This record gives sequence, structure tokens and C-alpha cells, in this order.
Amino acid sequence: MMHSRSVQIWVGLFVVAGMAALLMLSMKVSNISAFTESEGFEVTGYFENIGGLKVRSPVTMAGVVVGRVANIGFDKDSYEAVVTLNIQNEYDNIPVDSSASIFTAGLLGEQYIGLEAGGAEEVLKAGSELELTQSAIVLEQIIGQFLVSQADKE
Amino acid sequence: MLDQLQKLGATALGVAERLGRGHLFLWHVLGGFPALLPRFGLVINQLFSVGVLSLLIIAVSGLFVGMVLALQGYNTLVDFGATESLGVMVALSLVRELGPVVGGLLFAGRAGSALTAEIGLMKATEQLSAMEMMAVDPLHRVVAPRFMAGILAMPLLAAIFSALGVIGGYFVAVGLLGVDEGAFWSQMQAKVDLYEDILNGVIKSIVFGFVVTWIAVFEGYDAVPTSEGVSRATTNTVVHGSLAVLGLDFILTALMFG
Repeated sequence: MMHSRSVQIWVGLFVVAGMAALLMLSMKVSNISAFTESEGFEVTGYFENIGGLKVRSPVTMAGVVVGRVANIGFDKDSYEAVVTLNIQNEYDNIPVDSSASIFTAGLLGEQYIGLEAGGAEEVLKAGSELELTQSAIVLEQIIGQFLVSQADKE
Repeated sequence: MLDQLQKLGATALGVAERLGRGHLFLWHVLGGFPALLPRFGLVINQLFSVGVLSLLIIAVSGLFVGMVLALQGYNTLVDFGATESLGVMVALSLVRELGPVVGGLLFAGRAGSALTAEIGLMKATEQLSAMEMMAVDPLHRVVAPRFMAGILAMPLLAAIFSALGVIGGYFVAVGLLGVDEGAFWSQMQAKVDLYEDILNGVIKSIVFGFVVTWIAVFEGYDAVPTSEGVSRATTNTVVHGSLAVLGLDFILTALMFG
């Protein structure tokens, strides 16, 4: 009984089922597809305010994810946020004067970077810097501005 | 007054002594692991009783927990028009918490109690002493394979629990409640991180497997060799194992996601 064949077959099935469950969790449930795109080039951009942007937030162009935020730092001289974007290698024809803005998905959703193509001949490559950036829209500031403008009218 | 104090002191000493014995025991059992590798058949037999026989309760619980999560989550999320996030909610709660924790509790109840009873009875019927007489170390021959099987089985069981829970949640959300199928999966894939969520869940389940099996085999080995002692040891395994899972879960969660 101890070394019987059926025991071993059952254990084999058990191990296969466990592995399959792990595989399903990592392939179907998690964002593993995002890891295949790690091969890309990095460009930086300076933002006055990044709001709630996080590392691994998506970078989109025309709504399509073309990369991810790789790193967020702080520039001590200009007091600005330095955001490093990792853009997938296949998108190697983005004009160098493209503008980057931080948008919010939905009213209260997650923040992401939207790129808008410029008109320059030169394209972004590793180490390029995005010159045209637009900060995140901070809801509190907008409400504050709105209240101030209402007060001015009266 | 002095008697009370003495009782308290004796209890504290007893607890400390037991803890110490538990650690020495662990050290000794871990020392038997290298010798197990060439005789892996011993571990496979234990994997059958610890893993395969626990499969049914784990699978059914996982499926139903996932289904209930989807039903309950829907009631809250529908107020905010955010039912597309149901997939994220079900997957994150399963992978981060419920898979390892509920899996661990069930494991303590199903496999842990069986391990304790088995080893306790071996001790009560003096099978362990007989082994020692034959110069076979029962810690290496009896306890170590069971211990290793527990550590190996628990992460697999937790993964099966989580995966079936997600599938159960999918059936309820998409089939019963009419959540959009594409949004269910894509939101889930966008939010669940391979390292941050899934790997940490697996680490949790390995830790729980280790602790629950340790408690189970030690309670069995340390049981008072009478029928009453074995029954008390089995109860202890389930109670202490479950408490250890819940307590460790808080600490691990604070460390991982805090």
C-alpha cells in the first residue's frame, strides 16, 4: 500500500493541480503581461506636480498603453518631480517634442501619463527628456479656484 | 497568595520549557531533511495524506468563498456603479488574504489534526519507542517526511483555493450578476501585481504551512501517551494552529502591505 502506484499518481495530480493554479493566478489574474514589456527605453520628464502618480502607472498614447512609469524622483534644484518613463521598444517613432500630461482615469480614478505626439522629425530615444509637460490636476486646487472665482463674481 | 504566585511561576516555566522543547524538536527534524531527499517516496506518501486528501475541502471552500465574495461585493459596488471592479476585489482578497488564511485554517483542521492524532497514537502505542530500540530515529523517519509534506502541500493548496475562488467569483459575477466579462478580467489583470500580491500570498502560505505543520507534529510527538492526551493534543493543534495562522497573518500583512 505504501508505495502503491495510485498514491503516487494522486500526488502527481495534486502537484500538477497546484502548479496549474499558480500558473493560472500569475497568467490570468495578475499583470504578468506587463513584465514582458520591460525591454524598452527610458525617457525623463520634469513635472511641477505629479499628484497621485505611482511607479508602474501606465503611460498611454491615444489611450493605448505604450509604457509604464519606471521611477519617480525629486529634483532638489528646481523643486520638481523627475519622472522616468519606460517606453516599449516597438514605439520608437514618438516625436521628441511630444507633450506629456498627467491625467486621471475617471473622476477619482488612478492617475496615468498621456503622451500627445508633436511634429518634430527627431524621435524619442533612451535618455531623451520630455520638454512639454503638464502637471496633474489636483481636485482640491480646482475646487479652491472655483470657490475663489465664485467669490470674485459677487 | 504565595501558592497562587507559585502556580503562576510554574505555568510560565512550563510554557517556556515547552517552547524550548518545540524549538529543539524543530532543529532536530530539520536536520533530518537532507537524508530525506534520496528517499523521497516517504514524503510522497505523506503528500498523499496531507495534500491530496485535503484537496476536496479546499477546492469546495475556495469555490464557495469566491462565489460569496462576488455576491457580497456586488451589493456594495453597485451603489457606486463600480461593478467592473468586482474582479479586482475578488482576486485581491483571495490572493492576498483568504487563500493563505482560510486555506491555512482548513489545513490545520483537516491535515494538522490528522498528523497530531497519527503521531500521538504512534507514541501511545509505543511504536516510536520501538523504532528507537531499533536505532531508527523516529524524528527523522516519522516526523521529518510529514513535516516536509506539510510545507510543500500548503502553498499548492492555497493556490488551488485562490484559483478556484477566482473562477467561482467569475461564474457569479459574469454568469449570475451580469458584470461585463472583459472588464472583470482586464481590471483584475491591471490591478493584481505578480510580485506584490501573488508572490506575497505564496510566501504567506509557505509560512502558514510551516507553522501549522510544526505545531501539528510537535503536539503529536509531545502528547501525553494516553487516549485523553492524544485527544487533547489534537484539539491543541487545531486551536493553536488557527491562532498562529491568524496572528502571523496580521504581522505578515503589516510587513508586506503596510
